[in-house]
Order: sequence, then structure tokens, then C-alpha cells
Amino acid sequence: MEVVLEAIEGAWQLLLGRDEVTYEVLWRSLRISLTATAIALALGLPVGVGLAIGRFPGRRTLYTLANTGMGLPPIVVGLVVTVLLWRSGPLGDLGLLYTPTAMVTAQAAIATPVVTALSAAALQQVDEEFRLQMRGIGASRLRSLWEVGREARLPLLAVAMAGFGAAISEVGAALMVGGNLQGETRVLTTAAVLEASRGRFAAALAFGFVLLVVALAVNLALTLLQQRGGTQGR
Amino acid sequence: MGRWTVWRMLWLLAVLGPLGACTADGAADDRPVILATTTSTYDSGLLDELVPVFEQGSGYRLDVIAVGSGQAIELGRRGEADVVLAHSPEAEQELVDTGVTGDRVLVMYNDFVVLGPIDDPAQVAAAGSITEAMQRLATGAAEFISRGDDSGTHALELALWEQAGLAPSGGWYREAGQGMGATLQIAADAEAYTLTDRGTWLATELQEGLAIVYEDDPALFNLYHVIPITVAAGERVHEAGGHTFAEWIVDDEVQELIGVFGIDLYGETLFVPAAGRDADELRGGS
Repeated sequence: MEVVLEAIEGAWQLLLGRDEVTYEVLWRSLRISLTATAIALALGLPVGVGLAIGRFPGRRTLYTLANTGMGLPPIVVGLVVTVLLWRSGPLGDLGLLYTPTAMVTAQAAIATPVVTALSAAALQQVDEEFRLQMRGIGASRLRSLWEVGREARLPLLAVAMAGFGAAISEVGAALMVGGNLQGETRVLTTAAVLEASRGRFAAALAFGFVLLVVALAVNLALTLLQQRGGTQGR
Repeated sequence: MGRWTVWRMLWLLAVLGPLGACTADGAADDRPVILATTTSTYDSGLLDELVPVFEQGSGYRLDVIAVGSGQAIELGRRGEADVVLAHSPEAEQELVDTGVTGDRVLVMYNDFVVLGPIDDPAQVAAAGSITEAMQRLATGAAEFISRGDDSGTHALELALWEQAGLAPSGGWYREAGQGMGATLQIAADAEAYTLTDRGTWLATELQEGLAIVYEDDPALFNLYHVIPITVAAGERVHEAGGHTFAEWIVDDEVQELIGVFGIDLYGETLFVPAAGRDADELRGGS
């Protein structure tokens, strides 16, 4: 238990910015995972919309793929991205391995199926009658889509949070493609792994607590944003 | 500045940026040099101290990739790393035998210690030799936690059993399949014996319940070699950078740095510089 108390104290110090190096790790984590989430939303949302209200051949297969992809182990994504980015790999020319860009790529690959499958599910929740109504009152396709999106904005926000959560909490891919380089690709999760393997469990846990606080802060910000949007709409 | 000028500049940057990177690539080779090393080497903190010195002196950027021994050596073989620093002599020799490396050179050594419960139920502390110590461990008076992860530490442990003519198995022998820190934690929890490098033991915060029961034996020396990789492993290998590092780390001044590392952190040194010494002599010389 002593370890936990020490960890809480360590996390507190880290959050107050007393340790510059670790503070920088925090910002890098946020930057990488928020970028990855944005990419995942840009790629996954349109597909999710298509899956929810479109009718096209292969839709079910795609849906199944997206659902399966939610369980994609980060280490597998990490391995695939690593092999692609190896000097001897097809994208070796780019010299991207062990860079934040590589980590964004891997995390986006992890978060995209999550966003796709969950947004499809969220939009399907919207009453079919509501959609028909929209068309009935003569709303354009785009307009009715917008209204459906508004109706489902709460679950869609949860989709963004789930995507961000998947990105910032994964460690297998970040370690593999990032290499955990100090000052370059070290993020909260890989720093925690390093501290644990060094036998400094309190420090490892401290990074874990900071990760929780960061996730909490981001989710809180998104929720506030959503609620403001909600009252304006009414 | 008009809007179009801005756009044109951005466009030029986008097109010429990568081109510029390509030409620089061919000339002075300012790509980062990749050092593949084992997690235990990195965990000691030694490289955190050495890397900035190397970067300032050589002008190269050094990326340290800390992975398992097996992966470090494989990255070298595939030409995905430019230089390897490891402590698995047999696997290293296999790498050298593939012909994709420069000379493998002894850099330093540290030592391993056998840890156990403070009351030492197997009486390992009374052993007169490492063979006897291993035999006492194998009586099963308490559990032994093995790394079980094909790490350099695991390889040394297996070699020690073999030298003692033992094949560890049974309820007293457990494999953690994890890193040193986690393995120590399990050993402390289970009041079991385990083998660890001194550095991790000193660095860990979980010293309660465990104590050193056997140490200071040349058989427990952990030899670190540096192996520069050549373009024979892959055409994109940064051969100049890798070789520069391999030569640098056995330089007198750097050896001195290695020799004093740890005093301010742990109150004792962790590594003994060994450049120019003979590995077999070190191991057998007691």
C-alpha cells in the first residue's frame, strides 16, 4: 500500500509540473493520442454513417470487420506498422520508425475500428421513424443526416471518448513503433512500463494515475462542450 | 505578401522538403544511429548518462531501442539497428557468424547476485561454489522464480543450472515470463529465490523480504559486448555511425565514465570497464 501512496504523491508532483521531463511526456501523450483520435474520427465516422444508414453490398461484412477490429490487439498493430516502416520494409524510405508520426499511425489504426463500429451502432439507435419523418417533411438527405447526428450526439461523443481512450491507453504499439525514446517518443504508458521494468513501481503507478487524470480531463472537456451545444440547441 | 505567394511557398516546401531530406541522406548521413540494446542495460540508467556524451562528441544523434536480448540481436541481423550492445555471448556469436557485423568487442561487465528470503531456507549462503549454490536451490526448500523470457539474464541462469548438472523442474521452479522488476516483485511476494543483476537489485524499491544470499563469483559475471553492424545486413544500415559508437564506447575516457557510474545514484558502481580484456580469462580467472 505504501507504493500506492507514494504513487499518488508522485502523480501529484508530476501534475504540478515539478518534473519537467515527465511533464513533457504528458503533453506528448496528449498530442499523439488526440491527433490519432482526430484521424480515426475522420476515417471512421463516414464509414460508420454508411454502415448505419446505407444499403450496399458488403455492408454486413464491413460491419463484422469493424466489430472484430475493435478487439485488435495493439501489439499486432504495432508489429504490422513496424515491419512496414522497417528500413528494409516497403515504407523504409520515409524513415518514420521510432517517431511520433509512426505512433500516431498505429494509434489511429487501433482507434478507427472502434470509432467505425460504435458510431454505426450509435446512429442506428436513432429511431427509424425519426429518419423517415425528416425525409417526410422534405429535408434533404444531408439535412436529415445532420438531424440524425444531432439526435445521436451524446452517443457520438461517447464514440470520440472511446476512440481517445483506446489510443492513449494502449502500450504495445507505442512501445514497438515508438521505441520509447527519451524526449522523442516516450509517452505515459511506455514510461510506466519502463519504470516498472526498472523495479520502480511507485513511479510506474504515478504515470498510471496521471494517465487517468488526463483521460478524465479530456472527457470532462468533451462533456462540457456537448452540454453547451445541447442547451444552445434547445 | 499576397495570398498566392504564401500558397506557392507552402507548395514548394511540400515538394522540396522531402527532396532536400533525400539528398542530405546520401551525403553526410545525418540520420540517427540506432543502438539496439537489452532492457536490463537500459534500466540501469547507464545509457541515459552516456548517450548525451556520445552525441556531443560525435555529432550523430543516437536512438536507443531497449528491447529483449533476442529482439536486439535480431534487429542487428536484419540491419534495422546500426550497433548492438548485449550480454548474451552465445546469441551474439551466432550473429557475428552470419557475417553481417564488424568485430565484437568486450565493453564491460557487471555481476549477478542470487537473492532469497532473509531466513534462507535452502542455506544457499553457506555454499562454497556456484555449483553448490545451484544444488542447494534445487532442493526445493523454497521456490525459485526464473525470468523465463529468453533474456540475457534467463540465458545465464539456464547456463548455471547446466554447469551444475541440473535440469530445473518441479513445483519449486516457476517461470515469470516477465522483466527483472516484475520478477523481483514475484520473488518478494512468494518468499522465493531468484537471480538478478546487481543494478536492478540496487535500483528496485522492493528490497524488503529479500536479501543477497550468494554473490562475488566470476561465474556470475555478466559480459557486455558491442557489435557494429555492416551494410551486409541491409543497405540502409548507418555503418559509419554504428562503428563510431562501437569504437567510442571502448575509448579510455568513456571506460572511465562507465567505471564510476552508479556511485552518486546507488552508492556503489554497477559496471566494471573491461575494454581490451579477455572474456574467457575474466570468466575462468578465479
